[in-house]
Amino acid sequence: MTDPATPRLAARGAHLAYDRRTVSRSIDAEVRDGSFTVIVGPNACGKSTLLRAFSRLLAPRAGAVLLDGRDLARVPAKEAARTVGLLPQSSTAPEGITVAELVSRGRYPHQGMFRQWSDADRAAVATALAETDLVELAEVPVDELSGGQRQRVWVAMALAQQTSVLLLDEPTTFLDVAHQYDLLDLLARLHEQGTTVVAVLHDLAQAARYATDLIVMSDGEVVATGAPSDVLTAELVERVFDLPCLVVPDPVTGTPLVVPRRRR
Amino acid sequence: MSALRPDDRLRPRADAGADSGAGAGAGAGRLARLRPRSRRAAATALLALVAVIVAVVALGLGDYPLSPPEVLRALLGGDGFASTIVLQWRLPRVLAALLFGAALGASGAVFQSLTRNPLGSPDVIGFSTGAYTGAILVIVSGAASTIGTAAGALAGGLVTALVVYLLAWRRGVHGLRLIIVGIGVTALLHSVNSWLLLRAQAEVALSASFWGAGSLALVGWSELAPAAVLIAVLAVLVTGLARPLRQLELGDDAARAHGLRAEGSRLALVVVGVALTAVVTASTGPIVFVALAAPQLARRVVRSAGVPLVAAALVGGLLLLVADVVAQHVATSPVPVGLVTLVIGGLYLVSLLVAESRRTR
Repeated sequence: MTDPATPRLAARGAHLAYDRRTVSRSIDAEVRDGSFTVIVGPNACGKSTLLRAFSRLLAPRAGAVLLDGRDLARVPAKEAARTVGLLPQSSTAPEGITVAELVSRGRYPHQGMFRQWSDADRAAVATALAETDLVELAEVPVDELSGGQRQRVWVAMALAQQTSVLLLDEPTTFLDVAHQYDLLDLLARLHEQGTTVVAVLHDLAQAARYATDLIVMSDGEVVATGAPSDVLTAELVERVFDLPCLVVPDPVTGTPLVVPRRRR
Repeated sequence: MSALRPDDRLRPRADAGADSGAGAGAGAGRLARLRPRSRRAAATALLALVAVIVAVVALGLGDYPLSPPEVLRALLGGDGFASTIVLQWRLPRVLAALLFGAALGASGAVFQSLTRNPLGSPDVIGFSTGAYTGAILVIVSGAASTIGTAAGALAGGLVTALVVYLLAWRRGVHGLRLIIVGIGVTALLHSVNSWLLLRAQAEVALSASFWGAGSLALVGWSELAPAAVLIAVLAVLVTGLARPLRQLELGDDAARAHGLRAEGSRLALVVVGVALTAVVTASTGPIVFVALAAPQLARRVVRSAGVPLVAAALVGGLLLLVADVVAQHVATSPVPVGLVTLVIGGLYLVSLLVAESRRTR
């Protein structure tokens, strides 16, 4: 890539808003190259909005969002899509589509008007299916899968995009606890293989276990950044989430574990 | 923590029923579903074959009946009189039915895919009605040449589409809003059309009504050629837009994350879809039902992912051809094909609405 000190993604004084509703007046945030960055914060604090800005779905009103130091707004859409992949909060699968077909639609940014289906596409889809353990289900219609399997298909579609940065908006929502950890393990594996992963998560214990970098947000602003063990203190959690708590070492991993105090 | 339990891969987990409602069929149905892509290609090829066969049969029907072998010989320029009948009289009409039906089917597929709704078809959204308004205005104004009427219909359809698109716009255009605005505009235009016809002189109103019934009776080679050229151009454009259409099916967020300019692609698809319907309407008068039904029938025949463009075009051509054969030969005296599709379409629409209301209840 570029200079290793350049963040893969950065918001610089970005004003993020939908129509008349401003979410962040001027936000600064960075995603280090090779990091597993997790964005946490209370509901409606602007986590997903920041992720949307990172993924080009939302253009900043003022300030800028940078990809490898370049203004993201000036990067051609398909080129950006070859660098940054996104698992949106909700997507729709066309009725009757098979797993392999849906995953292969992630190849769109690599295809041109005249460059049709290639060996590279085939290989990328095969790898994505293997990574997500979907090879056996390749020819099964997506409608027939369970929620956990379906989420893996969407992840596989983002993987087929073969981007070096992968953004995920609340990827564990709607999954039972075992499938949540399956998915996080998959992300950890991708991270070990060199992908820069950025995820919005709700569960602080999961965030602390998997993240190398944490971005804590509140009210449209970044209130803390850094390694989970440095950032996640009882004082911060109480201030940001309004939740009196203890922070103890996770008995399995030693990462910070938030234990709420009795409130009644 | 194993990333995946082996049973996860072989069959849907117990929680499958919670959100998919299906699940049980995954194992047993696997054999039947082997290689869906080649099965779909085969089904599409079969549709094309059926269309050719029906076309050959249709070419033989009429006051001077010909058997299929005689038709084939006539097509190859065999004996003089049969060739004249087939090549000069019957072929333009059969080709027009196939080509116009295909254009309507493709147009319906584009709109149903964009709106994600089987009701999202250009005739329901009001483009055909708007085209009729345009045609009536031209006929009533007294400039009723064939080209003038066609131009009026084209303009009427495009203006209606623009109005519906703008009225439905709110930070982008979304399926259901487009349909509901379209149905409202259709109702409005129907009353405008009635008012125009009531005010017009009797013979003018009659000629406008005749046009409004939608017929292939007046299509000869000279009417077919320009429409065919336009439809060929539009077919190329639709082919180029097929991939963006498939991306839009995934939802705007996923499509844009894949580098698609979602709103621009949608507008281009709307324009091409409207143009496909408008060209046909301008040539024949409004023919309803084909754009509505063909994509859904094609989806069932081909069992495709989403609404299949090519198969919808084939089914559309087949439907209009069959409807035109019925219009010409089944009734005691020939009726306009638009009337036949209207009757079948009414029945289809009722069954569709019943099925939809059962599903959403």
